[in-house]
Amino acid sequence: MKCTCTAILLTLVTATTRADNIEALQSVGPAAAGAAAAREASAELINEGSKNLLPLLKAFKGSSVLATNWLRSTFEAIADAEIKAGRSLPKDELVAFVKSTQESPAARRLAYEWLLKRSPQLEDTLIPEMLLDPSPEFRRDAVTRLINKAKSLQGEAATATYRKAMTGAVHEDQVKTIAKALRSAGEEVDIQKHFGFLAAWKIIGPFDNKDMQGFPVEYPPEKSVDLDAEYDGQLGKVKWGEVETDNDFGMVDIARQIENYKGSVMYATTTFESDKEQSAEIRLGTPNAWKLWVNGELVFGREEYHRGTSMDQYRVPVKLQSGPNTILLKICQNEQDQDWAQRYQFQLRVCDNTGSAVN
Amino acid sequence: MRHLFILTLLCATTATMVTSSTTAGDWRQFRGNLANSVATGETVPTELSGGSVAWKVQLPGRGVSSPIAVGEQIYLTASSGYSQDRLHIISFDSSTGETQWERQFQATGRTGCHDKMCVATPTPASDGERVFAFYSSNDLICTDLAGNLLWYRGLGEEFPNASNSIGMASSLLVIDGTVIAQVESDAEAFAVGIDAETGETKWKIERPRKANWSSPTLLPGTNDEPTLALLQSSKGLTAVDPETGDTLWEFDNGASTISSSSVIDGTVFIPSHGLTTVKPTADGKSIEEGWNASNLSPSTSSPVVLDGMAFVVNSSGALSAGDAETGKRLWQLRLKGKFSGTPLASNGHLFFFNEEGKAFVVKPSKDKGEIVSELDLGETILSSPAAADDALYIRSDGHLWKFAKPF
Repeated sequence: MKCTCTAILLTLVTATTRADNIEALQSVGPAAAGAAAAREASAELINEGSKNLLPLLKAFKGSSVLATNWLRSTFEAIADAEIKAGRSLPKDELVAFVKSTQESPAARRLAYEWLLKRSPQLEDTLIPEMLLDPSPEFRRDAVTRLINKAKSLQGEAATATYRKAMTGAVHEDQVKTIAKALRSAGEEVDIQKHFGFLAAWKIIGPFDNKDMQGFPVEYPPEKSVDLDAEYDGQLGKVKWGEVETDNDFGMVDIARQIENYKGSVMYATTTFESDKEQSAEIRLGTPNAWKLWVNGELVFGREEYHRGTSMDQYRVPVKLQSGPNTILLKICQNEQDQDWAQRYQFQLRVCDNTGSAVN
Repeated sequence: MRHLFILTLLCATTATMVTSSTTAGDWRQFRGNLANSVATGETVPTELSGGSVAWKVQLPGRGVSSPIAVGEQIYLTASSGYSQDRLHIISFDSSTGETQWERQFQATGRTGCHDKMCVATPTPASDGERVFAFYSSNDLICTDLAGNLLWYRGLGEEFPNASNSIGMASSLLVIDGTVIAQVESDAEAFAVGIDAETGETKWKIERPRKANWSSPTLLPGTNDEPTLALLQSSKGLTAVDPETGDTLWEFDNGASTISSSSVIDGTVFIPSHGLTTVKPTADGKSIEEGWNASNLSPSTSSPVVLDGMAFVVNSSGALSAGDAETGKRLWQLRLKGKFSGTPLASNGHLFFFNEEGKAFVVKPSKDKGEIVSELDLGETILSSPAAADDALYIRSDGHLWKFAKPF
């Protein structure tokens, strides 16, 4: 009886210590806050070995990326030591964790990659079920398998496989590959809708940005979006007009669709209907300087000109309200004379953190 | 023009570190312990061939960063994943090339880069006790030599506007317990001194707000004067106290934002209007300008000084040698291809790797430069070589090689 009580007590103490140590890893913050405590906690967790692997993975959920890096490195140190010692990782528990879509996508992926070191065949059983997984990495693997399969098929069988692949694709290169194959087969593909690009905008300008002085200037649209208003612009009176793009990737090309006003500022606004209150990402691509407001709140701004552009160049986390959400974008062109610095454009989409369009 | 600009900035990956505990045979940052690309005391093989390849290992991700050597370990960074947001630190056994440990982290800052660059562009550094890994995402990670995480700074998360859509390249400088990082972009620019032991910020100073891919270098101390950090930008070169961030002197005649300065025997060779030299005055608080040579104009590679000659490679792959005392151009030698990496100087030879993976060993004299060995590695190489324990190390996007004299 005494032995049983001691064992229970030791188990409780161990669990409490483990919880405290994991909390220390989760508590790290910017500027190396909590690093000293995390170092000690990590060392203890590593020293205790494989029994901490699952608890470390579970702790990913709700932790900051900074904290997950502490959890990740502690996990890897334990797993690495186990494998080097010739011991097996807890395969069944890890597989179950990988399958649990309620857990952190990053933690599930970490578990999966360590499982593959000893059990590469798991890829064939796990990945095909992950086409709509919350993890973009798992989705990508599942889509890759389908694309490869489709390439080996003919006719409707191939088309159907590509169609299926498209439902899970969240990366630009894969969507392009699939869309090309589907269109070649005579299928209609709405890439704009797939990615959640916003294509129809109201736009006003130009306002003055000579010598790049306009970025901090609060022109009237920043104070309130009044679509009936008329203002003094850089070249005279300006009013809101409409611009729409049919570009697959939602590119609104101000220089081509309107005019490449050198040293200018334009404002573009649109409304996004959200079917519920939710967290989302606004993803923006532009070679120009920009500021972004959602429902009147400035969420980010960046004064960089012509350092390249790409889809999803910027990822801005936002809170959407249920119903209409007003998006306002300030887009600034400098006075570059070089031929490679002429672009005056943007593409903007609303998606979740996997890159899937949200409604 | 733009293409040229991209090519030119790609290997502004210099890192420097100095500490009183430096071990002979170590190469603790890009361009060596003194950040001047000179491997003093090393006798690396001058005949590069298949027979001098000691080992070649596959890497788990991409990278432009260079390897560093501490004791019997070679450390290297890489980045992987569709968004290149997976950050790797790998430790290899220098004798066998076997992986001793590898850790992966999730980037906390932006990972977008020009296709030719990648997130693992800055070279890691070490103080002999720790490894400091830095990435284009501005993640600054410190582990011990066994891979245990000691501290983590998400500078990209702390300062989200200090990024560059082409990518960041500046490497670290470690001086007497301070890790110095230049994080300079069009939107936000600063330099920080981080406590090597705790990861806490010792100092942070504003820097010229302009994209900058050059790296800090160091001016070794003398008996009376401490070692200084030299921070380069489009405005010029600023010497700062590594402990406080206080400015000691400034060179304000402009400098490259790509290639970095080199210091040999107290003279600073600055990529400025070609090549310009300065020398600190005796009190260490100002500088005397030396010569300027507009016909010694480094492109992406940083200048290297060896045996009284200064060497630069231009954008078309022409190697120029100048007299290090006068700046007079001595000769030119056409090398094949374009060069992103900085050559390494050792034992009277220069070691070049071009972007196509062709290696050239050049023996320079005052009269001419002679190519004494060539080897085609067949892979894109944008990084710079390292040397340690009489061996030469170079990485491509996919592999790490060790060259050593056959036994």
